[in-house]
Amino acid sequence: MTREQQRKIEGGIALTFSTLAALLGLFWLVFILGDVLVHGIKALNPSLFLNDPSPPGTEGGGLRNAFIGQMLITLCATLIGVPVGVLGGTFLAEYARGTKIARVISVLADIMVSVPSIVIGTFIYAALVIPIGHFNGWAGAVALSVIMIPVVLRTTEDMLSLVSWTVREAAFALGAPYYKVITQVVYRGAATGILTGILLSIARVAGETAPLLFTSFNNSFFSWDMNRPMASLTVTIFQYAMGPYDDWHKQAWAAAFVITIFILMLTILGRLIIKWRYS
Amino acid sequence: MADRIELEVKGLDFYYSGNIHALKNINLSIAKNNVTALIGPSGCGKTTLLRCFNRMHDLYPKNRYEGEISFNGVNTLAPETDHIKLRSRIGMVFQKPTPFPMTIFDNIAYGLKLRGIKKRSELAERVEKALTHAALWDEAKDKLHASAYDLSGGQQQRLVIARALAVEPEVLLFDEPTSALDPISTAKIEDLVGILKKEITIIIVTHNMQQAARISDWTGFMMLGELIEFDRTDKIFTAPSEKLTEDYVTGRFG
Repeated sequence: MTREQQRKIEGGIALTFSTLAALLGLFWLVFILGDVLVHGIKALNPSLFLNDPSPPGTEGGGLRNAFIGQMLITLCATLIGVPVGVLGGTFLAEYARGTKIARVISVLADIMVSVPSIVIGTFIYAALVIPIGHFNGWAGAVALSVIMIPVVLRTTEDMLSLVSWTVREAAFALGAPYYKVITQVVYRGAATGILTGILLSIARVAGETAPLLFTSFNNSFFSWDMNRPMASLTVTIFQYAMGPYDDWHKQAWAAAFVITIFILMLTILGRLIIKWRYS
Repeated sequence: MADRIELEVKGLDFYYSGNIHALKNINLSIAKNNVTALIGPSGCGKTTLLRCFNRMHDLYPKNRYEGEISFNGVNTLAPETDHIKLRSRIGMVFQKPTPFPMTIFDNIAYGLKLRGIKKRSELAERVEKALTHAALWDEAKDKLHASAYDLSGGQQQRLVIARALAVEPEVLLFDEPTSALDPISTAKIEDLVGILKKEITIIIVTHNMQQAARISDWTGFMMLGELIEFDRTDKIFTAPSEKLTEDYVTGRFG
């Protein structure tokens, strides 16, 4: 066998294995998505969005409480997490640029991104559930915002760092104070990147279950009150899927479908924004 | 001709990060409504000197000035100098075009808004004036609300000049403004400098000796942080007093 033939065979083997690995990964992904799609669409009906759960074991009812709860918790988490993340990222990339403290915070944020979300859930349980005495929606929102902050912070820092330093100098040279340079020039340059980071971070927390189990828990009744336990889609999916009733299983599928589509849309929107920006 | 002195540098020393001695005992006078060129080999301190005039060095920690730069009689290196006010009187144009990520109109209006001009009609009027001034109006008037990034490099540089002119500075600093441009754009900017000096004082750092000879009235030759010679441009290029200057302008080194 010549050298060349040997190389061809080695190349073929490497290609085969990497293709198989990719197919294996893709298979499960498509399988899961397909399953959620098929079962979810079958179980979808208007009453799912319009009605609250009926008593366990009886047919019918919907998940209006969980949809509203999920929305409220995610919205509050975003309202807490985005300003903190964006301002923190601004501090790191602008005011503390190049300092030791900025590097330390950056690395800590990277570590925070990979902390298991259940750890954050139990932490907020100790901080905001035990002292109050019962599960509550605010604790859920705070837990999600804690997951969000490092993601938004790091994206903001990276995006601001991409804006060239000479553009800042040009703004300074016109006699602009630093805060105006940041808010009027640098933010504009980094806006699409930061927005994409925010969308992806919302997508990330919208699918979290573990931190909510320990914080907002669940509520079978409709409620706007963030001081009380609050239903969410993810926790409802968890409970209904484990439950004994067929109807619950169907509703869990439908909820899983809705939340998957929601996250998928956010992610696609994020990608589209990147594409528009850089095309 | 007895030109009035706009800026006078007296015994200026400058240190980067506290200890790198980048400018050594610089003394020179910048005449009003003249173009003063600073030339010299890379790293000689000409850009460093330029950035002293609008105190750009203050953006970075631990930079230190010693000596004096007198701007119409007031020492701008004094600690109580308001940088923001100073920079609105002494504008700057950089080596690479630095349009802001906004429309052409908003780019020019930016400096005006910083100075509290809000009326739409006044903004529009002054934007047109600045663009006309920078010889960009004809090319840009139909796309004022397009992104500044849609302009070519040479147009972007003229946009940046228009932006600096819009706030009506007394002095304009140019830091190698044509080194990233093609010859035609370069010629346009050089013509512009010749017209602008009727109204403002210009200091230009350039790598290109022909450019200094073409457009400047005064030339300073710098080396290793020192001002070797400062004189009328024709004298520097035809009969310099210093041997080093002669070697440099005749291309023997640098």
